[in-house]
Amino acid sequence: MMEEVQEVRSALSVHGHDIKVTDVLRDGDALTFVIVSQKLSGTGEYHVDRTYDDFEWLQQHLFSQEDVPGIQGVIFPPIPAKPQVNASAKVLKQLGFLGLGEWQPYCKALETFLRQVASHSMLEKNKAVEIFLTSTDPPGRQRARKNIFNRLSQAVEEKRKEGHKDVDEFFQAARDQNLNLTGHSKNAAERFLDVVLTEQKIAVACGHFSAALHLCVEAGEDPDKQAFSRICVKLSEVFESMKKNMTSTAANDVSTLGLGLDLESRYQEAEKEMLFRRTCKLVELETARRNAEKAKPVKKTAMEEVKKAAETEFDQICGVAKQEIARFEGVRVEILQQALVQWCEQQLLTAKESADQFNQYLQAFRGMA
Amino acid sequence: MADTAREPPPAESTDFEELEDAEELFPEPAAADNESEPASLPAEDISTNSNGPKQDSLFDDDPEDLFAEATEEVSLDSPERDVLLSDGPSPAITPITPPLSVITPCLGHDDMFTHSSFDEIEEEELNDSFDMHISVSDPEKVGDGMNAYMAYKVTTKTSVSLFKRDEFSVKRRFSDFLGLHSKLASKYLHIGYIVPPAPEKSIVGMTKVKVGKEDQSSNEFVEKRRSALERYLLRTVKHPVLLKDPDVLQFLESSDLPRAVSTQALSSAGLLRMVNKAADAVNKMTIKMNESDAWFEEKQQHFENLDVQLRKLHASVESLVCHRKELSVNTAQFAKSAAMLGNSEDHTALSRALSQLAEVEEKIDQLHQDQANADFYLFSELLGDYVRLIAAVKGVFDHRMKTWQKWQDGQMLLQKKREAEAKLQLNNKPDKLQQAKDEIKEEIEELEAKVHQGERDFEQISKTIRKEVGRFEKERVKDFKTIIIKYLESLVQTQQQLIKYWDAFLPEAKAIS
Repeated sequence: MMEEVQEVRSALSVHGHDIKVTDVLRDGDALTFVIVSQKLSGTGEYHVDRTYDDFEWLQQHLFSQEDVPGIQGVIFPPIPAKPQVNASAKVLKQLGFLGLGEWQPYCKALETFLRQVASHSMLEKNKAVEIFLTSTDPPGRQRARKNIFNRLSQAVEEKRKEGHKDVDEFFQAARDQNLNLTGHSKNAAERFLDVVLTEQKIAVACGHFSAALHLCVEAGEDPDKQAFSRICVKLSEVFESMKKNMTSTAANDVSTLGLGLDLESRYQEAEKEMLFRRTCKLVELETARRNAEKAKPVKKTAMEEVKKAAETEFDQICGVAKQEIARFEGVRVEILQQALVQWCEQQLLTAKESADQFNQYLQAFRGMA
Repeated sequence: MADTAREPPPAESTDFEELEDAEELFPEPAAADNESEPASLPAEDISTNSNGPKQDSLFDDDPEDLFAEATEEVSLDSPERDVLLSDGPSPAITPITPPLSVITPCLGHDDMFTHSSFDEIEEEELNDSFDMHISVSDPEKVGDGMNAYMAYKVTTKTSVSLFKRDEFSVKRRFSDFLGLHSKLASKYLHIGYIVPPAPEKSIVGMTKVKVGKEDQSSNEFVEKRRSALERYLLRTVKHPVLLKDPDVLQFLESSDLPRAVSTQALSSAGLLRMVNKAADAVNKMTIKMNESDAWFEEKQQHFENLDVQLRKLHASVESLVCHRKELSVNTAQFAKSAAMLGNSEDHTALSRALSQLAEVEEKIDQLHQDQANADFYLFSELLGDYVRLIAAVKGVFDHRMKTWQKWQDGQMLLQKKREAEAKLQLNNKPDKLQQAKDEIKEEIEELEAKVHQGERDFEQISKTIRKEVGRFEKERVKDFKTIIIKYLESLVQTQQQLIKYWDAFLPEAKAIS
């Protein structure tokens, strides 16, 4: 087991853009993900096994880079929710698209997370990333020193800071827009998930109908009976084909637009958290300024120090935040575009295949005596 | 009363309430052509009418005769109707929620069928030079409030010489159709003809229409009914014997049809319930028919199996229709959410693409609705029709058994009388003797005639059923094939539309950056 990582920064030795989560292994209730990355030197690959806890370890390390100025202004690539074998309905709902199928969408989401981290200039140099991707041993399971931002619980008293009026038009606009998009993208993802689930139900229903038709096949030499049996068998094939079409459509939906909307939704949340951190810092700064003003001469210097520190930190965060917002805009448009294009292309392909198939059956029936 | 003889299966107690109420609420109707009496009167011979095939009194005073009720009917027009008729689904088929959109599926048939002379049961082999198109259209609400009803236009286009003109139309209401069916059923069912069942009644559906709600579900109800009426007529006229029936001709042609007021029309669902109960009871009864003809045994089993399978299929399709409509709803909601996302989006190209996405999804929603309609109007209704048709087939088989029973009963009675006659020969009271001997001789002659008739009836019904079943099997293949082809056409069309939509959307998606 590795020792606790020092906050040493060094270049990542693998390509960030083609990290792959190639497999997921299940051992009872435990899930292990296989991660493959290509060495920069071109001399081969790293294969590592990681559990969800390892991903959390990585994330904690990224969060706790206190020495990086303005780190709180970073929009951290979002990690999916914890997976669960034989998940409860509540967990499934939380996972959304990522809970579907045999964990393939989930693997894709983890893959995207790693790629985003590895291509983020402020994050990729963290040694934890290198260890995570290359070390054969599992990374340390100890929690990082200080949990600066605990995503899971925003203290209730902090919540009211969310609405705190901003001093900067740019950021006020960013916060307003983010609030809008967070809600809408989450809604769109959920509605699309409903569509996919219904498509799956239709596929199942077609399968049942197809199976039930086989029961109608009648033995015997009577020509009408034989004709009817032939019809039933052929129709059964048609419905089997419909089942395939629906299954394919649903799978396409998930792997392209589904994942895209899911990621967009979670990334908007990540931006929301960053903006909230900045807002909290703003409140802290305004408090420090008031304290410095009102301070009695004895405390004045100390208060001024505090105020200066707060100002510096806040400015750093704002600087980073502006960059991050611009970067994020580019990233999310690219992600959504890719999702939409791939989705459309795959659906087009499925539709063409299905049209052909159904046409063949149509001709067959027309030709049937 | 016949009630006491019945053993109602517990699940169907509501049906019994129906009948009992009928007996209390309805006074004896005036006898009219081809009407049958309700069970409150002692069962009597049906008034024979010259325009039906010769009927013997097959609906005799048989207190166990559950089939008497098969022609008992309940008036549609009476206000007691609402109390009286539960809208409970028949055990066979639960009416499903109607489809979302009111697209009139095009189900015009064109059919060729054989020409056969009316009295002859022999069907000539197919000289199909006759055709017939029937459509039921233009539903129109007539009247107000609870006395309102829907009038449908029935248009016939034909070159069949039975009719005075090539093309003609009349206005009919639902009870007219039920009236037609009840007449045909009372004339033909008991001699072995498979009379297509009439569409089902629905109190709930009609009440909404009457109350005047011009909403989607009442429109769907009317459309569902219109389609069912059309299919019913087509099936009826496809039958070479039924087509020639004067009641059918009158129904199609005459502008004034006597209102089926005292015909208390029995819905096919009701008929189904009857037949089911009757079938159960018959099994419990001691008609142990010595089936000398393996064909009938095999066929009966065949129809039992078919019944079970079709019901499974029907349930399966209903589930499919349900999910398809759900998909339509979900797609519409997704479209809305995509539109909202697009509206909030700052990035121009992405915003436009998302708005386009919303539009595409709306169009796809429409495709889902169309497909749900196809699922329903083509498959679900086809399967439902066949389940109901099989009930009629089973009824016909049961009639044959009763015919056999009657014949056997006649024979037994004859035997007894002969024995009695023999006893009389040994009797020593000469003055009474001759009179008694003459009486018995007369009775025996009568009975012999009856027994002969019974045997002929049995042979006739067996022959008719064989033909009818053969016809049924042929029609089944044609029907299914026609529907499947239509369905596949709808599937192909849906995919082709999808291809168009995706083709149009792709450049928008690519143009985002």
